Amino acid sequence: MTTDVDLPTAVSRQFPSAAPRPSLDCPAFNVPAGEALALLQYLRDAQACDFLMDLTAIDGSAGQSPRFTVVWHLYSSTKHTYVRVAAPCATDAEPAMPTATRLWAGADWHEREVYDMFGIKFTGHPDLRRILMWDAYPYFPLRKEFPLAGLPTEMSDADINAETGVGVISAPMAGGPFVATPGEPMSAAEPRAKDEAWNEKKEKPE
Amino acid sequence: MVNANPELAYNSKIEGDITVTRADAAINWLRTNSMWPMPMGLACCAIELMASAASRFDIARFGAEVMRFSPRQSDCMIVAGTVTYKMAPVVRRIYDQMAAPKWVIAMGACASSGGMYRSYATLQGVDRIIPVDVYISGCPPRPEALLDALMKLQTKVRGERSCAKLLSA
Repeated sequence: MTTDVDLPTAVSRQFPSAAPRPSLDCPAFNVPAGEALALLQYLRDAQACDFLMDLTAIDGSAGQSPRFTVVWHLYSSTKHTYVRVAAPCATDAEPAMPTATRLWAGADWHEREVYDMFGIKFTGHPDLRRILMWDAYPYFPLRKEFPLAGLPTEMSDADINAETGVGVISAPMAGGPFVATPGEPMSAAEPRAKDEAWNEKKEKPE
Repeated sequence: MVNANPELAYNSKIEGDITVTRADAAINWLRTNSMWPMPMGLACCAIELMASAASRFDIARFGAEVMRFSPRQSDCMIVAGTVTYKMAPVVRRIYDQMAAPKWVIAMGACASSGGMYRSYATLQGVDRIIPVDVYISGCPPRPEALLDALMKLQTKVRGERSCAKLLSA
């Protein structure tokens, strides 16, 4: 990946409040929420970062403040460089962030997804609805306190709910989640190695 | 040149224009050999479903090649893929719109049990909302497995008391 070496100095001259953010690859900045849009616009217009690669968020879990951070990944199609911008949301209970849809129309669905998963409201968004879960879903699934298995609730169609009597349940985890752990040899890291109570060689205990 | 054996074939001179059979046998024979699927393709299993319909595997050999995208014209819903909670009411509504008699094949691990998606967003088995006749294991199952399931379903339908059901309905 090529890196734009002049960009950090140019940004820190233009935006003294933008602090360098620890990053292993491209230049990255922490910026207050109020100045995020101005910085993004500067990067788009003056630094030719014309493409919004990604827009996502980080939940630092309930104890941390500021809890939610919105992250923008930009790409320059002329310089072929990346840059990352992160801005913490002002309040932890009702997180909000100004919308980037006026800079990039493509931010629309990204922001809807971040709203759907984290509950961060993007002020000024033209159509801020859930995009993956249904409209009446009561939770924000990527928040840290939300369990992987999910929480019981109702499905979206009242007729079908009445007819089937079936709702959303917490998924049975059966000793899971079965995910590989890093830094171990494959024989110990794979999910199947975590529960060897019975397998092809050892018979199932009665 | 191969000549038909007149001793084994239907002999109109002896038997006339009448064939005698049981109503159940006739009805089930019709149903088993023209089981039009409702392709409920929700994920990667649908690709295997499409492969079963193509020339190499050729589901037409079993009379089930007429994929109907209208529930009114289909007999057998093939739930091929992950059913999310957002999609589940839609699947149920389409099942309700199918005319009886109707059957359901749960194709693959996701449709049968939720599969690897032990998560907040996935219905843990389509049999929670609709009755399933045949389950297919696999992730995704090969087309042969789907054909095997179809043959199992045909065997099941052959044994049904269709006439009694029709009269009591």
